[in-house]
This record gives sequence, C-alpha cells and structure tokens, in this order.
Amino acid sequence: METQAPRSRRLTIAAEDGRVSGPEDVPSDAPLALRGLTVSYSEKPAVFSVDATFPANSMSTIIGPNGAGKSTLLKAALGVIPRLSGEVFVFGSPIENARNRIAYVPQRASVDWDFPATVMDVVQMGLYRKVGLLGRLSGQLTTRAQDCLDRVGMADFSHRQIGQLSGGQQQRVFLARALAQDADLYLLDEPFAGVDAATERAIIDVLKLLKSGGKAVVAVHHDLSTVREYFDHVFMINVRRIAEGTVNTCLTTKNLQATYGGRLAAAHLAQLAVVEGAG
Amino acid sequence: MTPFVEALFLQAGYNATLVAIGAALLGFAAGSSGTFLFLRKRALVSDAVAHATLPGVGLAFIVMVSLGGDGRSLVGLLAGSAVTAWVGLLVIEWITRRTRLAEDAAIGAVLGVFFGVGIVLLTVIQTMSAGRQAGLESFLLGSTAGMLFQDGVVIAVGGSFAVFATWLMRRPMTLVAFDSDYAAATGYDVRRIDLLMMGLVMGVTVIGLKLVGLILIVAMLIIPAVTARFWTERSSRVIWIAGGVGGMAGYLGAALSASAPALPTGPIIVLVAAAIFVVSLLFAPVRGVLAAILRHRRFQVQVHRRQGLLALAAKHPIREAYTLRLLVREGLVRPDGVSTAAGRAQAAKVARDERRWDAAREIHQDAGLTGRYDGLTPIEEVFTSDEIAEFDRLLGPPVAVGEA
Amino acid sequence: MGAEFVQFSLTPILIGVLSAIACALPGNFLILRRQALIGDAISHVVLPGIVVAFLVSGVVAAIPMLLGAAGAAIVAVVLIETIKRLGKIEPGASMGVVFTTMFAAGVVILEKSDTSRVHLDVEHALMGNLETLIWLRAEGWHSLFDPAALASLPDELIRIAVVCVIVVVLTLVFWRWLKIATFDEGFAQALGIPSAGVGFGLVVTAAVAAVAAFEAVGSIIVIAMFICPPAAARLMTNRLELQIWWSAAFATISAVLGYVFAGYGPLWFGGQNAVSAAGMIAAVSGGILGLACLYGPHRSRVGVGREEAT
Repeated sequence: METQAPRSRRLTIAAEDGRVSGPEDVPSDAPLALRGLTVSYSEKPAVFSVDATFPANSMSTIIGPNGAGKSTLLKAALGVIPRLSGEVFVFGSPIENARNRIAYVPQRASVDWDFPATVMDVVQMGLYRKVGLLGRLSGQLTTRAQDCLDRVGMADFSHRQIGQLSGGQQQRVFLARALAQDADLYLLDEPFAGVDAATERAIIDVLKLLKSGGKAVVAVHHDLSTVREYFDHVFMINVRRIAEGTVNTCLTTKNLQATYGGRLAAAHLAQLAVVEGAG
Repeated sequence: MTPFVEALFLQAGYNATLVAIGAALLGFAAGSSGTFLFLRKRALVSDAVAHATLPGVGLAFIVMVSLGGDGRSLVGLLAGSAVTAWVGLLVIEWITRRTRLAEDAAIGAVLGVFFGVGIVLLTVIQTMSAGRQAGLESFLLGSTAGMLFQDGVVIAVGGSFAVFATWLMRRPMTLVAFDSDYAAATGYDVRRIDLLMMGLVMGVTVIGLKLVGLILIVAMLIIPAVTARFWTERSSRVIWIAGGVGGMAGYLGAALSASAPALPTGPIIVLVAAAIFVVSLLFAPVRGVLAAILRHRRFQVQVHRRQGLLALAAKHPIREAYTLRLLVREGLVRPDGVSTAAGRAQAAKVARDERRWDAAREIHQDAGLTGRYDGLTPIEEVFTSDEIAEFDRLLGPPVAVGEA
Repeated sequence: MGAEFVQFSLTPILIGVLSAIACALPGNFLILRRQALIGDAISHVVLPGIVVAFLVSGVVAAIPMLLGAAGAAIVAVVLIETIKRLGKIEPGASMGVVFTTMFAAGVVILEKSDTSRVHLDVEHALMGNLETLIWLRAEGWHSLFDPAALASLPDELIRIAVVCVIVVVLTLVFWRWLKIATFDEGFAQALGIPSAGVGFGLVVTAAVAAVAAFEAVGSIIVIAMFICPPAAARLMTNRLELQIWWSAAFATISAVLGYVFAGYGPLWFGGQNAVSAAGMIAAVSGGILGLACLYGPHRSRVGVGREEAT
C-alpha cells in the first residue's frame, strides 16, 4: 500500500511531488552553513535540528540566553564536540576540506593560562597548520605573527609569559593567533566576555577591518545592548533556531520573547530601548 | 563441605575466621570512608598515602631493632607507617598550596619518592642481622600466611574502630564531600574535616597493610565507592552501599583465599570487589552501560525520526543518510525516496504540534517553558489537554492535511 | 675511574640516565595535561602485562614482555577512558579502579601459574635490579672500542637506548602537535589536528618508556621519574622548550647521583652494603623537586587575570 500512495494535491506537507531528496543537495557557498545540526549532552538536546546560513562579507552574531547552545553550536560546527546529526558547509564544501579557511577564537577560560609559553608562542600556534609538523617558521612568518600582535595592540608583549596577562590581554592574544591563521571566516566564542572596555573597542575595530577586507565574522555574543552597534546579521537560538536575518528585521519584541522568555525579554528590550534612546 | 564453604561459615580455623571478620570490617570501613574521598574527587590521594606507608614501616623496624626489640611487632610497624603516611599527606597539601603544581603531580611525586625511600630502607634492613627474616616485603602485597593470632586481633579491632569512626563522622564528612562551600558557610571547618577524612583513610590504609598490602589497599577505598555510585543518586545511600560492597568483597575474598593454597588474600579481595564493580558498570538500572547504550540508541532514533518528519513537514529535503534509512525502515518513506501515507500522516502531526508550540510560546512567555521547547519534548507532556485545545482554537481550523 | 668503574658502574648509570630521560620527556606533557597519574596507572599495569606475556609465550624473553606490558598499558588506558565516559566517573577514580584490578589479577595469575622456576617475582618487578646490569666483559675504557666486549653489553642498555632515541625523536617530530593539543585542545581540533590521537600517542609513548625503564628500576619508581624531574623543571622556567631541557637535566642528575649515593653512600657512613639504586634515584629526584618547590624561580602561580598591566 505504501508504495502506491497517491500523490494527492491535498497532501500539502510533503514536497511538491512527494519526493524526498537525497544527500546530493548542497547548500549555497555561504561562508558557514549548518543543516539539521543536532548536538546533545547525554539525553537532552543542547542544539536541536538547527539550519543556519551566515552570509559573506558581514559581521554575524549568535545570541541567546545562557545554556541556549550558542557556544555548543559553534564548537559542533567546528567539530570540536561531536554532533548527533547534521552537516556543516564552509564556503560550500564540507568543513574537512575547508579548515585552512577558518580561524577560531575559543573561549578565553577554556585553556590553562599557567601553561609555560610566551605570547609569541601562542600566536605562532595560528601558523601551525601552514607550517605543518616540521616546516621551518621562517623569519617572514615570525614577522607576520608580530604584525598580528601589532594589530591587536600587543606588539610590546611578544616575550611576556601568558600567565602574566590580564583577561583583556589574553583575549587580544587569542585574536592575534586567529589573525595569524589568515583565514576567510573568523569564528569567535564570547570574545567580549570579561574584557575591559578598551579591549572590547580594539577587538571590534579589528573585526570591522576584517569585514571591510571581505572576510566573514561569526561571534557568539551575550550582550544585547551592543548587538546593533557591532553586528549586521543575527542568529537567535534557544536550543532551536528562533530567528535569523539582519539586525533590524530580527531584533523584534516577538523574537526576543521567543528567545529569552517573557520577563527576561522585557528587561532586554528595556536595555535596547535605552541604547536606541541614547544613540 | 568444600574448603570455600567452610571458610564462608567461619569453620576454617581461628586465624581464617579472624581474617574473614577483619577483612569484612576493613572492607566496610574502607568502602564507606573511601566514598567521601571519591565524592570529593580526590580518590588517588589514597594511593599516595598508601605508598607513603612503606618508609614508615622500614623506619619503625630499624628503630625497634635499635631499641633492642626484634622489630616485628605489628602495632609498632603500623604506627610507623601512619607517621610517614601523614607526612606524605602534608607534603601533598604543601606542594599544592605553595607551588603552581597541580594536585595530581603532587600525588605522583609523593607516591614515587616515598616508595623509593621505602625501598632504600628495605635494602638497608636486609643488610641488618635482624633484618634477614623481617618479612617486611609482605607489606607490599599483604600476606596472611604465618599471621599470628594477635595480628588477626589487631585487624579485627582496627576494622571495628574504623567502622565506628566512619559512623561517628558521617554527617560532617558528607556535608563537606557534597558541598564544601555550603559546609563552610554553615560554620564547619572544612580544612579540619578534610584532614579528618584523610586521617580516617590513613587509618584504614594502615590496618589494611597486613591484609591487602599497600599497593592494593587503594582498591578497597576506591572500587566500592565507585560501584555504589552506579546504584543510587542519594548521598547517604552511597556510603552504606559502598560499605556493604567493601564488606562483602572483604569477606568473600578472605574466604576464597583461605579455601585454596596460593591464593593471596589481598589481590583476591580486590578481584571480588572488581567483579562486583563490573556487574554494576554493565547492568545497573539507570547509570549502567547497557541502560545508557539503550537509552542513547533510543534517543538517537528519536532525534533522527523527528528531524526527518520535520523536514517532510517543511518540504525540506532529507540529507542525512541515516535519517533516510530510519524513515524507510519505519515505512514512513519509500526506498525510492517518496514519502508514504503513514509518513505524511506523522509529518502532519509533527507540523500540527509545531504550530501548537508556536501558539503555546506566544501565550506562555516564561523562560522555564522555552527550555522545554527542545524539539523532542511532546507538547502533551508540558500542557494539559484543555490548554492544547485552547492552542488549537487560536490556530483556527486544522489545515487540510490528509483529511478532506 | 678505572676498569672497575667501567665494569660495574658505567652501564647501570647509563641505563639509569636513559630511563630517567625517556620517562621525563613524556612526563612533561602528562603534567601539563593534568594527567600525571596516568604514569601511576601505567606503571602498575606493567606487571600483569609481563605475567600474561610470559603465560602466552612461555619464555622469559625481553621482546614478548615489552609487548605484553605495552599491551597492558594500552588496555588500561582504554578501560580508564571507557569507565570514565560510560560511568561518568572522575578520571582519578576510574584509574584507581582499573590499575588496582589489573595489578591484583597479575599477582593472582603469577601465584597460580608455575612461574616459580623462572626469574619473575613481584618484588623484583616493583623494585628493579639496576645494580645487576653490569658489563662483565669490560676491562677498562678501551673496551668501548672492542667489538667483542661491546657485544656483551647488557641487553637492557641496548633496549632502553633504542626506546630513549624513539621517545626523543617522537617528541621532536610531534613537538608542535603536542604543544598545541596540550595548551588548547579545542583550537587544535579546529585546526584539524587529531587532539585525541595526540593524547593517545602520548600515553602509549609513556607506556613504552615505562616498560623499558621498568626492567631496570622497577615499576613504582618509574612514577617518580615521570613526575619529579618535569615537575621540578616546571618551577624553573616559563618556557616549554626550556622546561624540557631542565627536566632532562634533572633526570640525568637524579640517575647519576642516585646511583652514586646508593653504591657509595653507605660506605661513607661506615656501612658495607649498597642500598637500592632505583629507590635512591627516586629519593634524589624527590630531593630536587623539594628544592625546586622551595627555591625555584617560577615556583608560584602568577596572578591570572590581573588588571591591565603596562
């Protein structure tokens, strides 16, 4: 009976001709596209069946409440944590073939800053994919690493032990390491968490320069009051995808309520209103 | 009666009986006091403590001999071992507090170095005239062979004392092990209770030296606690289950080893405990491996089926090969990729529930609820049927989906 | 420093030094990864590995035993990881369960099987026998150039030398991967570096080093060699490259001084018999660590997350 199911016009839920297409369907060549991404810790989805497309030549942000799966989404996209299902495309190809086009800034708190290394050591790690296991770190590459430090305002710190850095300086070093990767897509996990105002300014300046240089930036962010100012594309998540689009179309009361829940959203809305009123 | 049954019913002689009782008591004390250590995530501190007893045994022997004794008094040797074990503990604490080294490095350093010093002392003792038959090596792996009656008494009395001490201190130690901040806030001296906990562990170690040996006593402290954790989520129960597992392992192990020659007591006790552990690991109802695998498989199927149906409902293509296979297997999609009537019907229900969720989230805008909108939780689990009816009313008449 | 030294002391000292270095190199990374106690676990499962290898092969030969011990180490690591993940047990407790059980099984198998006729006993495995690894055919320094005498060098020396070279080469070749996967695992994975593979390779290398060193110094003292020199080295410098050099230096000093103290120390105190060299090596490495804890220039944690410094 099943094989003879009539292709009734009334059945609006299936595709037009009832066909379910196979895995040959590949999405656009956007810098980062996620299809049906599901990640779970034990038996509870942290991210459920998320489709997302982050456009080229823009600054995108992933926002949502605590525990909504923002960082999980980013890490699963990168393959840092395993995904239960779903696919990740970077510039239209599977991520394994595009790793050299991605730069990554992990959460600052995810590493042990007591590790015996200097600032320069850390920045050079961004070159490891390029130089491989035994390739020589030429003077040119060392200069490039130094340049990256310069771009984040840390040129004088290259020989400093990383344990002696402040939180903001640590974040700058991580950004310099990503710059050294010289990628086309920059993924940042909470780059502004716990940093001072000057650092936040410096980081956003660097990111905006990247964007004007034709790169794509995707950052997990938690401060709604600066979303409008910093980003042009928003992806809102609370385990499931809530909304996706430009800042102006997305940051609506309805979407914020759907993402953060009623009372919290009201607080955030008030925050946004203040920013708008001031600006 | 076979020797094992004889030993099991304490019919295998005074010494074997004492050893069995002592081992059961020791197992109980080790299991329950080890629980606190395990819950405090410091299980392997006990390994360093155990290895740090060796130089104490050697020093005690040398001191006793130089004072004119024969150096083999069990009480004296155990007292010596307690001293160096305590020093080892303090060194670990000192290194962790005063330097940048982490606790694991401190544990390993104390363990290796104290043991090395102990070995040096043993070789010194071997060259002493009194030391040739000292038999201190038996402390490495434990040995009940040639044990004197009073040694058995020491173990039985020590075991009882350790059980009593555990019972006495169970409340403050539970508090500290589970939530040391709360314990500190309610006025407990966490550092002192920690040291007491370590003191108890050290006591168990010292009593167990003769029976189980310093290399394996750590198993008596760790394995029962880990095993118990598989059976319950409640703190008070973990302690008593661990005690029970330890006691059972001690008793059965001692009986087993008494029943046949060349079955060393300590390792047999450890293997009995390990057997109980393996059974628990595999078959415990909630935390066991089998249960977890089944649960994970079910979860995976649930996720993929749901995603597939959502894709059908949204007219999106299904890309995942596994999702497609699953839907085909369940008769929701034909092998050639066309959805079946059953598939369309289920997709319709999924689509309807999605719309209901939309309505629900519009009405109930609290954060607690959004957390349950995770794609898998059935809406019937969160809302009553009349609430759902209200959503349906808001949504208007059902869109014609498979029903004219 | 004549013929007698070459005959009786040269080879044990060399074996001690090579063992200490082979263990200290992976030890650096184990400590930085907070996995120091993997060394503990590995060294305890060497015994069951050797016993099983003996039962399977029926001979007391070095190669089957090395394979058996390395196999046991891998089994232990896999079991530890499995129990940790499946049972959601903290790593320390998982290690404690696995290595004690395997050790106990090794002892029981040893006692139950007919191994009494062969030279294979537990205490020996725990304590080592560095002193017996002498070069009997040597007649002086010139024997170093005598092929006949060289052919009778103790096999243990050859094996630990080979293992030490392998460990050094692996450390050099995989230096960048080791460094990045230790410092920032997530970033390494994002680069496409197989972090998990690097971690497993490190543990296997440590296991091989432990097994080769175990022949000479016994299984427990291997732990001291894994941990003490690198831990002391960490307190001397804030550069990983320098830390490695310091750890190798401390390992060498521990081995040489330990052997000398064990052999000649008792004589200075009027004793007549040497004491355990392996134990003394561990004691000296502990002494070095103690000094580093007290006086090492970088012994204390630095203030992480201070205010903007200029």
